[in-house]
Amino acid sequence: MQRIGVFVCHCGTNIAGTVDVKAVAEALKFEPGVVVSTDYQYMCSQAGQEMIKEAIIENKLTGIVVCSCSPRMHEATFRKTAAAAGLNPYMVEIANIREQCSWVHKDIPTGTEKAIILGKAAIAKVNLNAPLTPGESPVTKRALVIGGGIAGIQTALDIADAGFPVDIVETKPTIGGKMAQLDKTFPTLDCAACILTPKMVDVATNDKIRIFSYSEVSEVNGFVGNFDVTIKRRARYVKEDICTGCGLCTEKCPQKKVPNEFNLNMDNRRAIYIPFAQAVPKVATIDPESCTMLKTGKCGVCSKVCTVGAIDYNAKDEFITEKYGAIVVATGFNPISMDKFDEYAYSQSKDVITSLELERLMNAAGPTGGTLLRPSDGEHPHTIVFVQCVGSRCDSCAEKGKEYCSKICCMYTAKHAMLIRDKYPDTDVYVFYIDVRTPGKNFDEFYRRAVEEYGVHYIKGMVGKVSPEGGKLKVRASDLIDGKQLNIDADLVVLAAAIEPDKSARPLATMLTASMDTNDFFTEAHPKLRPVESPTAGVYLSGTCQGPKDIPETVSQAGAAASMVIALLCKDKLTGNPCVAHSDEMMCNGCSTCEKVCPYGAITYIDKEFRMPDRTTKVRRVAQVNEAVCQGCGACTVACMSGAMDLKGFTNKQIFAEVDAICK
Amino acid sequence: MQMNEYKPLIVAFCCNWCSYAGADLAGNNRLSYPADVKIIRVPCSCRVNPMFILRAFQKGADGVIICGCHPGDCHYTSGNYYTRRRMALLFSMLEFLGIERERTRVEWVSAAEGAKFAETMNDFAETVAALGENKRLEDLRCKK
Repeated sequence: MQRIGVFVCHCGTNIAGTVDVKAVAEALKFEPGVVVSTDYQYMCSQAGQEMIKEAIIENKLTGIVVCSCSPRMHEATFRKTAAAAGLNPYMVEIANIREQCSWVHKDIPTGTEKAIILGKAAIAKVNLNAPLTPGESPVTKRALVIGGGIAGIQTALDIADAGFPVDIVETKPTIGGKMAQLDKTFPTLDCAACILTPKMVDVATNDKIRIFSYSEVSEVNGFVGNFDVTIKRRARYVKEDICTGCGLCTEKCPQKKVPNEFNLNMDNRRAIYIPFAQAVPKVATIDPESCTMLKTGKCGVCSKVCTVGAIDYNAKDEFITEKYGAIVVATGFNPISMDKFDEYAYSQSKDVITSLELERLMNAAGPTGGTLLRPSDGEHPHTIVFVQCVGSRCDSCAEKGKEYCSKICCMYTAKHAMLIRDKYPDTDVYVFYIDVRTPGKNFDEFYRRAVEEYGVHYIKGMVGKVSPEGGKLKVRASDLIDGKQLNIDADLVVLAAAIEPDKSARPLATMLTASMDTNDFFTEAHPKLRPVESPTAGVYLSGTCQGPKDIPETVSQAGAAASMVIALLCKDKLTGNPCVAHSDEMMCNGCSTCEKVCPYGAITYIDKEFRMPDRTTKVRRVAQVNEAVCQGCGACTVACMSGAMDLKGFTNKQIFAEVDAICK
Repeated sequence: MQMNEYKPLIVAFCCNWCSYAGADLAGNNRLSYPADVKIIRVPCSCRVNPMFILRAFQKGADGVIICGCHPGDCHYTSGNYYTRRRMALLFSMLEFLGIERERTRVEWVSAAEGAKFAETMNDFAETVAALGENKRLEDLRCKK
């Protein structure tokens, strides 16, 4: 028989507000096995934990139930408390009477009644708990960063700085990500390339960092500390270790009409190309979709002009498998497609552009060499209209856009407006907005400068329609403050397109078994306290894959993710989860059903000798669980027909006891 | 709400990674749902043995709901697919035994869907309450 202690937490008024805590402690006193039942203001406080420790020692408790907040919050805390008092940490059960009781039920009798039942269920379970000891597994001291934008770059640099090897996998031919495409950055207006490219060079020259560019993750197996990752290195038809990046091939290639995705298809590149001058690795790549040699076998110009013989038309995709201890996701974002926003005439006129396209038009390395010219006729625009929240904050048009705020648009629009007014003072700039949101260090000051010093016309109201008419764009909009309809003849319209997670994030999340929210942003382990960890152990989040962010936030999150990775890689061994499957060999009939449902291949079969009652021996095939590989899902326990398989910590008996306690 | 209104007894099995977290989120956001819903935490929805559900009905539950991660998002890769198949089979058997289909349900609730959790529980509790007390399969010896 267990000796159980019950500790009911008030959590200030969080629980005590709708649950009569004293009545709960009183009612649970008479449950089977309970020897002490008490309540306290804050169980998780130092004093509360001391109280639990003393009670364990004084009453020789063999199990405890803490009626408090969610186990997702403080289960680990109370397990440590129990361990400090010499009790096996797995003899602790939590009755969730806050998130799943006091916070959802409004009146005291209902809350109290439910809290008592939840307490009873936890007591019934802990009565059947057994002490568990976690196994240990080694840690592969190498990290993988998926995505080579500023988030991935910073994370990799920080991890490498601590002395651990890091690999970056990037789908594009170069690292740099979206930041490489930007012209200037807010709120300081320093040039994006000037602050990014030195970091890219640092990555390239760091002997702890390997870059797998033009590559993608194709398979992930294993678990925290021991991931096996298969990386697909797409054929770039240029030998990376030989190419010097001289760029001669990219000048001589006769295929000149390939849309240049780095400049958002506003100009052309060759079939063999280096995305931009500071690309890392600075290696040419052949685009197999456009290369005449690869499509028809007739050309070979690049091979002829290459002085080092780096071209290899017979290259094939390669797959490499590496072991990693930790994985950082830094897959970033993209602006959403403007297809569903035809009221702004994006598909009808070349002079309706997105903000990212404007970045390229203003960039010295962009298609116009940094002079702001209309894409349609190459003229200087004199009236420019910015439309904010295109697809952001669409609560009534969720099928078109996103419900969330994309966060960066207010600031980059202020930046664009300011830069344009600075460079071309004869230009009229209008910004149509729902709200201007500028929280952040020096952000509101920046926006006010745009309005006060640079005379940008900010108008609260949305643009209803943009129609191309006679070389102009007729913008019809409402001014909500003056209550007027406005008609503006604009030369250029810039849409602040909402941002969304990169499309590669969803399949990656499936491979990593990391959870995502409804918008395909990765979910963090705790929204406030564990913001850079995914709920999946060993998987960390960096940058906009977790939610919209600007560059300073991305860099700080990248550093935070790196520090979590370093903390993990510093360990020589990890303690595993002891709540794993266990097979009762006497009951197992060796049918293999459990082996088939196990997603981890943790179950194997062995032939084992059993002594029979008549002193003879008999060899039987029985299931054996590899505890280091088992993740404790319990699929096998239900599949097992003979009832031999059970899950420690969530045994059949325990769950039956909980059901019984609830249904009493 | 009337005082003497019939209160159904509902057992909810929630997977640790998605739905239990979704239930916590509903709590964090103070979204109410009936107190008749009692949650049992399991590592994965695939840990729910059909026997647990039979036991709940035997002991007098009026409805049983199983919540797991959305298809494709299972923390254990494929657990919720097993759940989906097993429960489809079990529920049709239960219907054959006279337990209305509406008393059993499998729902996918992610960790970010607190509102969906509360809505689902409100809807399920309402549906079960409309059916009234469950008499089938109940072991009267369990009632003193």
